[in-house]
Amino acid sequence: MTVPLPPFQTLLDEHAADVHRFLVASVGAHDGADCFQETVIAALRAYPGLAHGDNLRGWLFTIAHHKVVDHARRVRRHALPVAEPPESGATDPDASLDPELSAAVRALPPKQRTAVVQRYLLDRPYAEVAATIGCSEDAARQNVRVGLRSLRRHLHQEVAR
Amino acid sequence: MTLDDDIAARLRQAGVDSRLDAHPSSNGHAPDPRRVALDDLVASALARADADDLVDVAWVVEDTPIGPLTLAATPTGLVRVGFGPEDDVVPEIAAQVSPRVVRLPARLDEVRRQLGDYFSGRRRDFAVPLDRRLSSGYRLAVLEELSRVPYGQTVSYRDLAERTGNPKASRAVGTAMATNPIPIVVPCHRVLRTGGALGGYGGGLDTKVWLLRHEGALLG
Repeated sequence: MTVPLPPFQTLLDEHAADVHRFLVASVGAHDGADCFQETVIAALRAYPGLAHGDNLRGWLFTIAHHKVVDHARRVRRHALPVAEPPESGATDPDASLDPELSAAVRALPPKQRTAVVQRYLLDRPYAEVAATIGCSEDAARQNVRVGLRSLRRHLHQEVAR
Repeated sequence: MTLDDDIAARLRQAGVDSRLDAHPSSNGHAPDPRRVALDDLVASALARADADDLVDVAWVVEDTPIGPLTLAATPTGLVRVGFGPEDDVVPEIAAQVSPRVVRLPARLDEVRRQLGDYFSGRRRDFAVPLDRRLSSGYRLAVLEELSRVPYGQTVSYRDLAERTGNPKASRAVGTAMATNPIPIVVPCHRVLRTGGALGGYGGGLDTKVWLLRHEGALLG
């Protein structure tokens, strides 16, 4: 049974905060704000074309994940530094993650990054990780595992340096 | 604990700390600054989307002397005035007009200003563009005729039936009033039964009486 499309505002009320947290953890507070706006606009553009209102959260996160992929491509092309300069604390939702770990997360390839952030930071099940990335649950587990391993390696290098 | 477990735990903790409900404000009233920042971010995304013609319906809830009104406008004009908060009205609009409906107060600024003037007695006529797409056929004809009934005056269902060339269509006129998508601005409160009995009102009879007294059309 399919669900009719709710008002777009309902999606924003229910998921905007999580999409924002996801993007801030994935690309940093500053670029996360840009990616968030692009996600909202892209979602609004595509919304009337949806056939039904099933799993709108997954649909919204898939768009956000694509923005992370685009962002990673831009960063690579322009060789931008991945880590942003530290930003002032109080209003920075990113401040809950220490700078080393935060930078390490942002250095992950986009699929692993999305998988790790969704699984742990947002505490979502593998099924949702899989729906967001557009892969099997096994592949989602694999992305989380590999992502975690490279985070460990990255942090060790930091310590060893 | 393995190192991977440790990293996962730190990520989980960061997730908990970054939840908007993680830091309830001390006095319980001041909004979380991160909530405010997010609302601002959503608002500017919607403003950009609006500039790209991606907002089919914008709505806002306005508090008035007759209670909260949900006001909704398309780029064409005011499409719906609903009695009560958005929960009742907005899902209907999503189904009837477009699911691309968001809270975007700026588009309703002029309507809100004129409604404020109306309720404070400084305005008798509304001059805002209307989008009448939710009405059609004879109902549309009746509602357009109704818009010519001036402030402070009343007509009967039969008057409106006659003015629209269907003297026997009082019942259909009643249906048109009951399904008026833009009450107050399209003044169905000015329609009474022949002989002066109040008839019905979508916003409740108390509201109809309040509006008619406000306009000086009812004494007492």
